[in-house]
Amino acid sequence: MNIKRRLQSVMAAVMAGLMMVSAAGCAGNDGGTIATDGSTSMEKVIGILKETFEAANDGYTVTYNPTGSGTGITAVSEGRCDIGLSSRYLKEDEKEGGLTETILAWDGIAIVVHPDNPVSELDIATIAAIYTGEITNWSAVGGNDEEIVLIGREAGSGTRDGFESITGTEDICKYRQELTSTGDVIVSVSSNPSAIGYASYEAVQDSVKALRVDGVAPGEDTIKDGSYAVRRPFVLVTKTDEPLSEAAQRFFDYATSSEAHDAIKQAGAVPVE
Amino acid sequence: MKKTRRLEGIIHGCFLILGLITVGFVLLITVYLVISGIPAIIEIGPKEFLFGKRWASTAAEPEYGILPFILTSIYGTCGAIAIGVPVGFLSAVYLSKLAGRRIRTVAEEAVSLLAGIPSVVYGLVGMIILVPGIRKLFDIPDGASLLAAMIVLAIMILPSIIKVSMTSLDAVPKEYEDASLALGATPVETYFKVSVPAARSGIAAAVVLGVGRAIGEAMAVMMVSGNAANMPGLFESVKFLTTAVASEMSYSEGLQRQALFSIALVLYVFIMLINALLNGVLKKRGEK
Repeated sequence: MNIKRRLQSVMAAVMAGLMMVSAAGCAGNDGGTIATDGSTSMEKVIGILKETFEAANDGYTVTYNPTGSGTGITAVSEGRCDIGLSSRYLKEDEKEGGLTETILAWDGIAIVVHPDNPVSELDIATIAAIYTGEITNWSAVGGNDEEIVLIGREAGSGTRDGFESITGTEDICKYRQELTSTGDVIVSVSSNPSAIGYASYEAVQDSVKALRVDGVAPGEDTIKDGSYAVRRPFVLVTKTDEPLSEAAQRFFDYATSSEAHDAIKQAGAVPVE
Repeated sequence: MKKTRRLEGIIHGCFLILGLITVGFVLLITVYLVISGIPAIIEIGPKEFLFGKRWASTAAEPEYGILPFILTSIYGTCGAIAIGVPVGFLSAVYLSKLAGRRIRTVAEEAVSLLAGIPSVVYGLVGMIILVPGIRKLFDIPDGASLLAAMIVLAIMILPSIIKVSMTSLDAVPKEYEDASLALGATPVETYFKVSVPAARSGIAAAVVLGVGRAIGEAMAVMMVSGNAANMPGLFESVKFLTTAVASEMSYSEGLQRQALFSIALVLYVFIMLINALLNGVLKKRGEK
């Protein structure tokens, strides 16, 4: 009996201690919370912006709810979050419904092949035909007589979502390999002369060759000005006629300022001017 | 006197609590998996879920058939056992009975080291060496395949098979072997007809451990098997039960996430069945 009672008191003491610690943690937070909701592809960008913003602004907390672009846009129009995150442009009716888009950054996706592959340029339609299995041999696009090995990302990945939506191949890609990280894609492509893969532009290394798309090589400038076609915007969605809360405005200003450029680049995206 | 008894009581209590923690975790995980795994199975339909051949969780019209994953996990584990058990078992016989002391020491160190290598390293080496190797050797477009996964798994289960087999072979009373030798049997005959049968329960335990590790491995397999949800074929790109959960979990939502829990539940049931089956076999043999 004694033991039981003693244990109980020890437990109670521990719990009380924990509560005090967490209460102390909350007390310092008078800055405010910024709720963001939306695109899973923007997880990295928002994650890094959140870290740098919170480090520089004591007392502010950024929350991020990875639900998908559509849900994020709905959430901001219904007032369930401060800033919506979308990895596509707003549609006209969404803008008319009282939403404003601010392009935060560009997500450029490089199409990569083995350095020994003689092919160094493809157009979007050909890339789509390759990924949907219409073209299965490199010789059809001016390469060696080898079967094309399609390497992609796992279902739900932002890069996959971006690539498929830009090339119009949603749900019909015939992947040979579905890998779970950019690094794995690069390694796999660099070790197979007949492979083709896609990866975030920032992650491309010398061990693979990034293809020119419609004659344009991926680069910061070509992604920014849109001449490189495999790109999409990372958009901050806000209400047109309702001002942001003080905290949200502060985060918004930071994210769209030049201060945030390094952080955005670190996350693999290309900041807008 | 009274003080010692009280101390004993406290220590006893501590041990009891620590022991119950383990049981508690098992119960917690089981209950959690069942609660979070059942709804999706009901929503999708048990038949469509377990025997559906197509998995397209993020498609506009999602399909959740996990038969390819189930078969891949079964084939992959069988393949790993088929490669790993003979190699591991014969190594154990050699190291336990035939090898000199120095060779044995070195080999035992190597086996321990093999057991300590993290699975992501197996995966990485497999990805960089094994996958291109298979591609060249069999002249196929891509080497990331069920075969690559089987080989990686076989290597990963070697340490547990060798170690447990060795322990049980070492424990065979020397008198048995001496008697056999005295009756005129050669050493090799003795090892295979006397020592191995005497150690069979330990060897079977080694196989259980191997199966358990092989069916539950995710990281290494994910890096060499290609991860496309195809029906299994030796040179096909395949997805295991474990990798299906691991690769999609981070971005999943809604029914997709629930379905991943259901896959985990299926995997869990599988491991339980295998353990129960092999334990049953072991017990029966033990009684004979």
